[in-house]
Amino acid sequence: MGTIWVYAEASGGQVASISLELLARARELADTVEAVVGGEGEPVAAELGAHGATTVHATGDLGNGLPGPAVASAIAAAIEGGTAPDAVLFGTTYDGRDVAGRLSVKLGVPVITNIVELDQTDGSLVGTEPVFGGTVNVSTRFNGTGVCLFLVRPKSFTAEESGGGPAAVSALPVPDLGATGAARVVDRFAEESTGPKLDEAGVVVSGGRGLGEAEKYSMIEDLAKLLGGAAGASRAIVDAGWVPYSHQVGQTGKVVKPDVYVACGISGATQHMVGMKGSKNIIAINKDAEAPIFGIADLGVVGDVHKVVPKLIEALQARS
Amino acid sequence: MDIVVCVKQIPDPADPGELDPETNTLKRDMKLIMDESDSYGVEMALQLRDAAGEGEVTLVSMAPNEEVNGLRSALAMGADKAILVSDEALAGTDALGTARVLAAAIGRAQADLILAATESSDGYTGTVPEQVAELLSLPSVTFAKEIQADGGEVLVKRQTEAGYDEVRCPLPAVVSVTAGVVEPRYPSFKGIMAAKSKPMDQVGIADLGVSPDQVGWAGGGQEITDVSPAPEREAGEIITDEGDAHERIVALLEELRIV
Repeated sequence: MGTIWVYAEASGGQVASISLELLARARELADTVEAVVGGEGEPVAAELGAHGATTVHATGDLGNGLPGPAVASAIAAAIEGGTAPDAVLFGTTYDGRDVAGRLSVKLGVPVITNIVELDQTDGSLVGTEPVFGGTVNVSTRFNGTGVCLFLVRPKSFTAEESGGGPAAVSALPVPDLGATGAARVVDRFAEESTGPKLDEAGVVVSGGRGLGEAEKYSMIEDLAKLLGGAAGASRAIVDAGWVPYSHQVGQTGKVVKPDVYVACGISGATQHMVGMKGSKNIIAINKDAEAPIFGIADLGVVGDVHKVVPKLIEALQARS
Repeated sequence: MDIVVCVKQIPDPADPGELDPETNTLKRDMKLIMDESDSYGVEMALQLRDAAGEGEVTLVSMAPNEEVNGLRSALAMGADKAILVSDEALAGTDALGTARVLAAAIGRAQADLILAATESSDGYTGTVPEQVAELLSLPSVTFAKEIQADGGEVLVKRQTEAGYDEVRCPLPAVVSVTAGVVEPRYPSFKGIMAAKSKPMDQVGIADLGVSPDQVGWAGGGQEITDVSPAPEREAGEIITDEGDAHERIVALLEELRIV
């Protein structure tokens, strides 16, 4: 494989872990790995270079515009100008999906989505997507012409430094976007969060419908805090409006692979299991002995979360 | 305010899914229902229409058969009419082909705002709203948790990794809506009865000027090379709480050096 581009996302001068994961896998598959950044290239050139990108194609400051149309147009213009990579990898993130979707239309090629494995067979890249709650793997490759676009789920690969020097910064001009570039960010709000991030935490404690009511979610947060972890949720209680979407673990939501995952009152809908079955150890508490979550738990407790969790919290508090 | 909501009709997620052994794509030949993810967009559209005091909510959907069950549910909630693109040639259409068909259908509706879910609950590609926007040369805001109409613009709270951004976007525009942000209304009996007589415009891809080689199996540009069962994770120890299960959990956490 010749050249793979990785759409690299960064905030505050730090490259997102998903982007470093993609660079690590791209390096194993391609002769040349280059990064594409929607923003200034200089602040991230050293980190991207240390993870194997030889060049960073940077659009320069996007101002208050959204990355989707700007980065997609810039990549499409570069490809039309003759510098086409064989494939472009995107993380399954808010902006990654936007850029990949827009670019797919511009290039007239599909996007292979939800990839957790990427391999090379007979000279073409094959992406593997888990379906039906991760019980079946479907592998797909492109059979048309043009650049291959893959959207890869976070935590599919392990980020690793290559020891490379800083990436060379190359300008990736954004063409006139017309109406497509008209959306403007007028303000940015950071939600207050304490403790580790959900997808980076060593311990994740999640709550589901078995909690019974929104107020009971506080015990999930208490337990997470005591274990130095992050609090997650099933889609059922996010949809019910008990907790914000940012807590959601699952196919829709975050993929987590902590050392310990504690599922409280979660039956184990397939959509949830996809997001957490890669956890090293799974502890499940549910009153229904038939709940599918017990099928993948290392320790399953058939019991009432309203009894077990408070006692667990008390026992942990007594130790500290 | 005229609003189009993209609605997908999917197999009931409560039933186990199945792949067609011939084509390796998801079987959709059973009765289909409205994807629950789309109910939030429908609710948001109804609220925006009612706040504006004028305009219509039009549903746009596509299916290889003539399925209308899911559309009737959304009409019963209060949407005004529906366009169903139904064509045998659509079987096996991927996300880009779907976007081409939806964009062509939306083009007939003259909408100020086009709403969609962020992703469907059966395919999960999550790229269709942005592809539709690009095909229609429109601006877009994805992952909206709140939409306010403000003259010829919308003010959208867009989910981000850190929290949310407030985004201002002129209309017409495409906005994708995250689940759980509004409470979808239950259809009333009156609504269900009224839905039966609401306009349902059924069109084929030829009516939309979409060529059969842009959709279906042929239009995909991708092929499935392998389908295999994933390695199963083994179940471990299952205990029944007799009032002391928390001690067993603490012991495991100690063993794993978490505490």
